Order: sequence, then C-alpha cells, then structure tokens
Amino acid sequence: MTADLTRLKAHEMADRLRAGEVTSRELTEAHLDAAKAGNHALNAWLTVDRDEALREADAADARLRAGEPAAHPLLGIPVALKDLISVRGGQCTAGSRILEGYISPFDAHITERLRDAGAVILGKTNMDEFAMGSSNEHSAYGPVANPWDLETVPGGSSGGSAVAVAAFHAPLSIGTDTGGSIRQPAALTGIVGMKPTYGRVSRYGIVAFASSLDQIGPFARDVRDAAALLHAIAGRDERDSTSAPVPVPDELLRLPSGIDEAAVGLRGKRLGLPKEYFVAGMEPDARRRIEEAVAALEGAGATVEEVSLPHTDYGLATYYIVAPAEASANLARYDGIRFGPRLGDGDVMGNYLATRGRGFGPEVKRRIMLGTYALSAGYYDAFYVKAQKVRTLIKRDFDTLFEQGFDALVAPTSPSVAFRFGAKMADPVAMYLSDACTLPVNMAGLPGISIPCGLSEGMPVGLQLIGPAWSEPRLFQLARAYEALTADAPWRDQEPAQLALTADPGQPTPAERASALARA
Amino acid sequence: MSGLSRSDVEHVAHLARLGLTDDELTLLQGQLNHILEQYAKLAEIPTDDIPPTAQTIELENILREDVVTPSLPVDEVLQNAPHAAGGYIVVPAILGGGDE
Repeated sequence: MTADLTRLKAHEMADRLRAGEVTSRELTEAHLDAAKAGNHALNAWLTVDRDEALREADAADARLRAGEPAAHPLLGIPVALKDLISVRGGQCTAGSRILEGYISPFDAHITERLRDAGAVILGKTNMDEFAMGSSNEHSAYGPVANPWDLETVPGGSSGGSAVAVAAFHAPLSIGTDTGGSIRQPAALTGIVGMKPTYGRVSRYGIVAFASSLDQIGPFARDVRDAAALLHAIAGRDERDSTSAPVPVPDELLRLPSGIDEAAVGLRGKRLGLPKEYFVAGMEPDARRRIEEAVAALEGAGATVEEVSLPHTDYGLATYYIVAPAEASANLARYDGIRFGPRLGDGDVMGNYLATRGRGFGPEVKRRIMLGTYALSAGYYDAFYVKAQKVRTLIKRDFDTLFEQGFDALVAPTSPSVAFRFGAKMADPVAMYLSDACTLPVNMAGLPGISIPCGLSEGMPVGLQLIGPAWSEPRLFQLARAYEALTADAPWRDQEPAQLALTADPGQPTPAERASALARA
Repeated sequence: MSGLSRSDVEHVAHLARLGLTDDELTLLQGQLNHILEQYAKLAEIPTDDIPPTAQTIELENILREDVVTPSLPVDEVLQNAPHAAGGYIVVPAILGGGDE
C-alpha cells in the first residue's frame, strides 16, 4: 500500500484526499519512508524533517476535514525543496560548506505560499554548490545518482529535487533555473520541469546566484501537477522588486484531463524548430527522439517549421560572462562576518581569504574569479558590457519569431542523455556545454518547459518547449497535449531502470560510485 | 586578447578575497584562459549600436507605501553570526589601535 501511494500523481493524491480515501499523514509517511530507504544510494536529500512534515500533514488533514471550499489542489500533498530555499528554523546550505550550520530565521516567499496552499514540506534536496553546475557533482555534500543508471549524474544544479521526484520520494519538488538547472535535470531523469518567465515567481528568500537570470520553478512526473505547483508559488511579492504584477492564471489548474480533449490543444498551432539547437556533438539517438516527437506534434495538427535563432552560438560565452559577474557580486556576502563559519585567526583580510578560500568549492571559486575579472577595471566594457549587448541580440532573436506568430519553439532540452560521474569534471567548458540549449532562454527571460519524450539506449530524453513571456498556460497546454498523445507509448510507464537497487542498503553511495569510476 | 598571467590570477583572487593555494592558482590559470578563449568569439559581432540588456521584463519603477514593517528578531539573526556579544556581531579590529 505504501509503495502504491508514492506512485500516484499529485492530482490523483488530491482526488483521494478529498474523497477521504487517504490522509495526508499516510501520504507523507509513505514518501518519508521512501526517501529514507532510497537516500543512501541516491543522496538526493540533505535533510528530511519527519516530525515537522507529519505536523504539517496533520494540519492539512484538519483543513481537509473542515472542507475548505477554496482549498488549493496542493493541500496535503508532499513537496521537496532545493536547499537554497529558506524555511524558517531549518538549514539552508545552498550545497556549500560556507553555509554549514546556518539556520534560516525566515520563510522564503514560496515557502509561505506553499504553507498557505497546505502543501507538506518533506525536506531539502541536494544541489550543485550555489546552483553552479550541470551534474550535481559540485555539491559540497556529495554527488547525486540518477535512478536510471546509478553510475550517471542526474543533471544539475537541481539534481536532488529532480531525483526526489523521479525516484518517487516526492510527487513534486521545487528547483531553480539560472541557465537550465530545472529543465536539464528534468530531461536527464525523465520528468517534467519548468522555468517560468523571469519575474513570475518571487525570489525573496532564495540564495541568489545570478539575479537577472534566476527563476524558481516546479518539477513533477506529470504536466498537470507541474502547472498546479507553479500556480501555488507564482505571483507578485513586494519583497522582490523584480516580481511582476502579472496575474497568475487559474487556467494552470484547468488543464484538460481527457486524452482527446488535451490533444486538441495542438490543432492549428504554429511551432518553430530552431536549427541551431541541434548542436554539433548532439547524440544521434537523442536527436531521433526529438524528431519523433516533432512528427507526433505534426500528426496532431500542429505545423512545425524550421526557424533560426542566429545568435544561439554566442549564448554560452555571453552567459559565462553575465552569470559569473552577477555571482561574484552576490557571493561577496559570504565573508564569515554575519553567518557561516569564520576561518583564519588573523586580521580581517586574513579571515576573508581563509573563510572564502576554504569555504567555497572549486566551481564556485572558478566562477567568482571569472566574474571578478570580467567586472574589473579595464575589462568591464570589453567583457561585461559587450555580453549585455549580445544578450540584447539573443533576446531579439526570440522576439522576432514570436512577433511572426509562432506559438512556441520546440527543441532538445539537452544535447546528451545523463553522462557518467566524472565525465566532464576535468573540463569546465565541456560541462558548460550541457546547458547550450537552455541558457539562451534565461538570457531572454522566457518560460521553458522540459517534458519526457522517450528513451535513448535506456536513458531519458527531454523535449523543450519555449514560449514568449507570460505564456506558461500555453506551454503547459502544449506539453499536456504531447503527454496525452504519447500516453500509451511503452516508455511512459517505465520506472527508472535501477530504482529497485536503491532500496538495498548494501549499494554503494553515489560518492563511492564516483570515486570507483575515477579510479577505473 | 592576451591570456591571464600568474600574477593576473593572483590579483583577481585578491580582488575576490579568495585565499587560493599554489595548486589552485596553477589550475585556475589554465582553466580561466581556456574559458576566456570562448569569450573571444563575441568580438566577431558588431554591437556599437546595440543597447545592453540588464533586465528582460519591462517593469517600470514600482513604489510601495512607506510604512514600517517588522524586521527579523535580532537574537535570531545573531544566532547565525560566528561571534556575537551584547546584541552585536563581533569582528576583528580594522583600524590601527592603541596597543601598537
């Protein structure tokens, strides 16, 4: 029974909760047990707060019994949070040693929104340090394994949140996406992940990486569940001055459930296929899955035209100036004065150098160095201002296509399926290329969603849909239509191939697997 | 664009207040130069007439009422400080003092 509960989609859980067939406490216990059993082999969770989760579940059960007419669909549903989202009284490490021991004195805006909805917070998930990485191997708390193949990465930086959902430890989770950190791990673990329009979700109470790019978004195993989670967390918050006064559409809660009704959503839609996203080096079999998905979209009545986003090839260089520059400023606050450990026993400068030199991991130091250099005297115009100008061109590429009437763009989420531990750790540029198909979307501030579209040699492939600003309802409708079209595909009901192994406490940890591979 | 020398890397590390080991400086010099080579590509694009983008959504200034709202409790905030006393965060002296 317990195992069955974790296999339900969130909307199925909501139906059973309202029918009185199950309680939030039962759902919560089932997921807490799954997380506890599977975490040794996956390392998806940094903390699980069982007592607090059960208290929240009991409160949700009381609200359900009282029969609140306007209750949110998330009432009583368990959810996992990436460990850079503040939850009052709990840790918030952002995957870094420099925040070890920090206890958040307040709730993030989205934490408040989830509490209002009545969702049950199970715990905090592993991530690349300060959300910098595409494999989750840059966590100070060890790598996360992908349940499809335990010797491969889950993607990053929201790897723990993706795996928690893919491995049935939670039906829903929250990630952040600065250059692909929701969509790429969603693709690599075979689930749904959305980066909303910049400004859709308040960033108050999340640990900042690159403030003009960061957005918070949902992971789920189902398009409707992801839309409901976005509905719960979206909306204006005056504590984040970039959160936009744009209404949150209730359509997000009304996506069609019926297969035929959903598939109609593709009829007459005009989709663009940006040729530059089929990057050199893209795996041929992954590319075939995308082509098959495009054929299915056309079969359901959409027109798909090849289009060009001519500045795509400059995205990587632009992103790796803008994001590190913003990060180097944001991460100046980790100085050992107000929070975190203070290292060194000398003067103020000696303490700074020791605290930051030992507190940050290699990727974070690399990006702080890049950003500091790009902003330093004599290089600011050549690098930072130049990158901001190219950013304008990247954004105009998208604007031009949407002005021509395209409803959305269809593209791969990632050039490859999940790769082995260590495969890209020695070459930062190779790792950065993992986000070649996702980071232009952040540069332009647009919404993008990754949905599963099949397997390549047994590993999940993600299809990305990109829309104009504030088009999340349309993207979810298109994604739901594709999901409905492929409801009977054999890969749909396939569970991650090595999921069963994760219940075995004798299995190596992800860190042990990674070091064994490094020795081999 | 010439590459970063060892002393450039040391200078940037100092600006960033990162205490790095010799091995880290050596590794970073190679890696940063490799990444900077990717940047060179941007020089291909003429951008003289292109305005820079810092913000992608067009929001004008949004003002709020100037009213007092509660701040975080001082004792809870100070619990995170590595060294606090008497309601303050304690830091090493930054000015030359009388004991020199």
